[in-house]
Amino acid sequence: MSIVTVQLGQCGNQIGHEVFNAICSDVHGTHGLCSKKENESYHDACKERFFCEEESEVPIARAVLVDMEPKVISQTLSMAARSGYWKYDDRSRFCQKQGSGNNWANGYSVHGPRHKEVIMNLVQKEAEKCDRLGGFFTIMSMAGGTGSGLGAFVTQCLRDAFPTSFILNHVIWPYGTGEVIVQNYNSVLTLSHLYQSSDALLVHENDVIHKICAQLMNIKQISFRDVNQVIAHQLGSVFQPTYTAEGGLHYSRNPLGDLMETLVPHPEFKMLGLRNIPQMPENSLAYSTFSWPGLIKHLRQMLIANAKMEEGIDWQVQPPSRLLPPLQPFPNRPLHFNTSIANLVILRGKDTHSVDLGSFRDPSLYTSWLNPRDAFNAWKTPRAFNKYEKSASLVSNSQFLLKPLDNVVGKAWNMFASKAYIHQYTKFGIEEEDFLDSFTALEQVISSYTILC
Amino acid sequence: MAQSVVVQVGQCGNQVGCRFWDLALREHAAVNKNGIYDEALSSFFRNVDTRGGGDGPGIYKGKICSLKARALLIDMEEGVVNEILQGPLRDVFDSKQLITDVSGSGNNWAVGHKLYGYQYREKIVEKLRKTAEHCDCLQCFFIIHSMGGGTGSGLGTFVLNVLEDEFPEVYRFVTSVYPSGEDDVITSPYNSVLAMKELNEHADCVLPIENESLFDIVNKIHQMISSGKLGSTVKQNSLVTSSAGSARTVQEKPFDAMNNIVANLLLNLTSSARFEGSLNMDLNEISMNLVPFPRLHYLVSSLTPLYTLADVNVPSRRLDQMFSDAFSRDHQLIQADPKHSLYLACALLVRGNVQVSDLRRNIERLKPSLHFVSWNQEGWKTGLCSVPPVGHSHSLLALANNTCVKPTFTELKDRFMKLYKKKAHLHHYLHIDGMEQSCFSEAISSLSDLIEEYNELDATKGGPRTDPSRLQIAV
Repeated sequence: MSIVTVQLGQCGNQIGHEVFNAICSDVHGTHGLCSKKENESYHDACKERFFCEEESEVPIARAVLVDMEPKVISQTLSMAARSGYWKYDDRSRFCQKQGSGNNWANGYSVHGPRHKEVIMNLVQKEAEKCDRLGGFFTIMSMAGGTGSGLGAFVTQCLRDAFPTSFILNHVIWPYGTGEVIVQNYNSVLTLSHLYQSSDALLVHENDVIHKICAQLMNIKQISFRDVNQVIAHQLGSVFQPTYTAEGGLHYSRNPLGDLMETLVPHPEFKMLGLRNIPQMPENSLAYSTFSWPGLIKHLRQMLIANAKMEEGIDWQVQPPSRLLPPLQPFPNRPLHFNTSIANLVILRGKDTHSVDLGSFRDPSLYTSWLNPRDAFNAWKTPRAFNKYEKSASLVSNSQFLLKPLDNVVGKAWNMFASKAYIHQYTKFGIEEEDFLDSFTALEQVISSYTILC
Repeated sequence: MAQSVVVQVGQCGNQVGCRFWDLALREHAAVNKNGIYDEALSSFFRNVDTRGGGDGPGIYKGKICSLKARALLIDMEEGVVNEILQGPLRDVFDSKQLITDVSGSGNNWAVGHKLYGYQYREKIVEKLRKTAEHCDCLQCFFIIHSMGGGTGSGLGTFVLNVLEDEFPEVYRFVTSVYPSGEDDVITSPYNSVLAMKELNEHADCVLPIENESLFDIVNKIHQMISSGKLGSTVKQNSLVTSSAGSARTVQEKPFDAMNNIVANLLLNLTSSARFEGSLNMDLNEISMNLVPFPRLHYLVSSLTPLYTLADVNVPSRRLDQMFSDAFSRDHQLIQADPKHSLYLACALLVRGNVQVSDLRRNIERLKPSLHFVSWNQEGWKTGLCSVPPVGHSHSLLALANNTCVKPTFTELKDRFMKLYKKKAHLHHYLHIDGMEQSCFSEAISSLSDLIEEYNELDATKGGPRTDPSRLQIAV
């Protein structure tokens, strides 16, 4: 099955471009340290997912590019074309002359309805090019105006037009400070709206990726490109083809569906975080070897201690003991233990079949209302990813994003109490009431994730 | 891409505007090597086929034929505008873009605003419409004027009203040059306060400039160059102070160096909207991020570095110096000290070889020394434009919505009250049709209200921070 990617706003378009690049260089750049036959079927599955090849020498990304100003899209199109390995369909883009001005209301209430028909036509055309449509993958930032406001609107339209398709929203969480001043307002509005129409929100935090660039990738002067490439690598490590436990001998045909089935058992919980190991500069890779037990041990501790990367993990954190009967309504668990609803581990590289993932099946990792057998899943392929001989990724529906979410809502609420910047939103039809609705919705999500047990 | 139109009013407005167009052409000439009319150029210039004579049809693609400024030049005397039309920039304007008179406004706001305003309203609207018709997506008007005189102050703010009536959707940015305490125009406090009321009510953003500050900055640069302390590392031909390489060949005038600074402010303000970058900043993002309450739209600006360093590979220390300088008192374009006042919001518009990690490092470094209002502790907006200004490897424009503008306003109010208490010179204003005493009392109360809004914010500074309690939901 194929996935249609919808890139929205400056951030979404820049990241989308890096994602297709990463996928392409993975497919073309290495033989994946596996059999020729294995590599070929991996190749074919990847093509079907992300590219179409009609009447063209190079694969064409299954993507729709949307922005309210022209500079980023024209740059993105030409960069892709220059790569020589793949390109975008020139007709599959929509841009206007004037951006949304960091104003969510402008993107959602003005640009959205005004351009709905054109944008949805592009999406429809792209969807028709797929023999079988697996769903939509939208990429957007929640800080600005176009990605966030128009993104929320388009997601709603996708839900209406394709009620049975899966929609996964990739959301970039802005830096804590220094990008857009009204980012917390925009984020609150975006998240609360996406929560209604999306199947799941896969989140990358800029601050975290920035740290990975500095500490793991050893980049001195970090650019947005560096940040986006790390994000693209992580996304690729999830969405490149794998075998699922049930799928048998064939690469999974329905990555989005499989992902939702595994990770989103309840509509109140749809915030997904992503961890990936190992991650290092390319020139260090040649001098490093990894063992599966080591990688898995790290990845599991990253999960339970909520570590953002393999460096600086708190090894003291342990799952709470279930032997003691709970004294309070909540079991006696240390505060910094990260409780999961569901987890998915993806292993790529040699000897994946022999890896012991028992430590991820431990019932004490999970909320009590879900059967641990349903809460954990693993996907595997012997095909190595992007020059990494072995690599493991974790997609987790857990308390990973509780603190960032609480921060954003808290800061936005602080500003809202002084009524600062509200006039900029009412100008485009978003009233104080709408803000309150969004705050309420997110406080509900925060509360649900907080009381997990 | 969206377009902007510059409306330059009065002597000061036209002189600054003239420097702006000169430097804008120079910048695009340096970036646009192959002479093709591109999107970046289209934001301030039309490409016109003049072979048929006069103002031919617009050309939207292909080679540059003849560039016309998206501008309207207004002055109620002829001197400055005539000079522009005889100077090296004459081809950039044509007679359809001008509105002039012969008798001037006599340093009287009422003459500019009420008399000329009503007299020229239709003409102004007609020419504005014409200019707007040439744009396929008009985003912003830039008014350049001074506050102290009659034409810039009076007619300039009249134009601001007209823009709001005729083009309510288009942003209105005003660059206002404020008179200094030792201004030789006696009535400048009246003119400025009367104009302030209009700016309060009708502008989206105001960039206040004080001549004293420009003067100090120019002196500072001259000192640096002549002291030789920086010796061979300083190029004399920095973009900010020199006109070398531009269209003009005539002798530089004393005010040109000062006006160039203002022209550069506008270039850097619009650079991220015109050129590529890894973090674009469109013009509409400026007011969205920096104006938390409608009337508090005065943005204190600073430009760094003031001179070009000869080495190009951006040593980190000097790059960080550029950020430090942007917050220091002597780099602000008005006499103000943002570091010791309260920030409502701050934007950093960076050009050239600067990455997001440089931005983050400097924000982290500078944050502890700055005071932000309690509900906007992280009130930073940033933009990264990859095209540096001509002759520089990197540059920074900092825009601060900061209570440090208040002293400029209170001084203005004091000088106004000194005259107003004695009713000095009032009759010059009151004999103009439509001008009444209430215009004065309303103007001063508008200014007082504005000062009071800043006072209230200042009062929260340093106090205990209590966050409002969060929204409770029933679980």
